[in-house]
Amino acid sequence: MAKNEIKYLTAIKQEKPKKKFCRFKKYGIKYVDYKDIDFLKKFINEQGKMLPRRLSGNSLKYQRKVADAVKKARQMALLPYVTDLLK
Amino acid sequence: MNNYELMVIFTPVLSEEDFKAAQKKYTDMIEENAGTIVHSNPWGLKSLAYPIQKKTTGIYWVLNFEAPATFNEKMKIQMLRDDNVMRHMITKLDKNAVEYNYTKRNGGFKLTQKAEA
Repeated sequence: MAKNEIKYLTAIKQEKPKKKFCRFKKYGIKYVDYKDIDFLKKFINEQGKMLPRRLSGNSLKYQRKVADAVKKARQMALLPYVTDLLK
Repeated sequence: MNNYELMVIFTPVLSEEDFKAAQKKYTDMIEENAGTIVHSNPWGLKSLAYPIQKKTTGIYWVLNFEAPATFNEKMKIQMLRDDNVMRHMITKLDKNAVEYNYTKRNGGFKLTQKAEA
């Protein structure tokens, strides 16, 4: 055993950040519906802006599809373009 | 022939009969132009996320249909002429979307399917 080794009585907790995943790939969702507002709301913030991939964990393919769906929903007044306190 | 989805927002001043008549007008138009109706889903009066033409509510109508690719232009002209139509959108559906709509209609999904009504 090395002499300079630091010992702790209890093991230090090292929280591993949860691995993000693309929910579309995981659950096999192939089509993003622009009419399903509750679902799309998971991908936008309180101001009605799209969340980045860094936060949502979507793969690029589905991030693009979500973006298209959100834009369509906005056009048809299902989602607001600008707002506060959406959720 | 392609699969399309049409979503229309009519003005909220339409009465129930007017709404039915408007639906019939467009479904007839599709059928006259060698198209077929797959599914019609009138959502009814819904509040808009932002005002359109100074109105805060609108009557939504979603229609799935099959039609030749040249038809949409004709439809668009009619839609723009119609004073009752505040906004419309035609989306082309790929095979995944068709399948999605089909299962949804038959009460398939569990995740978050509450957007209807």
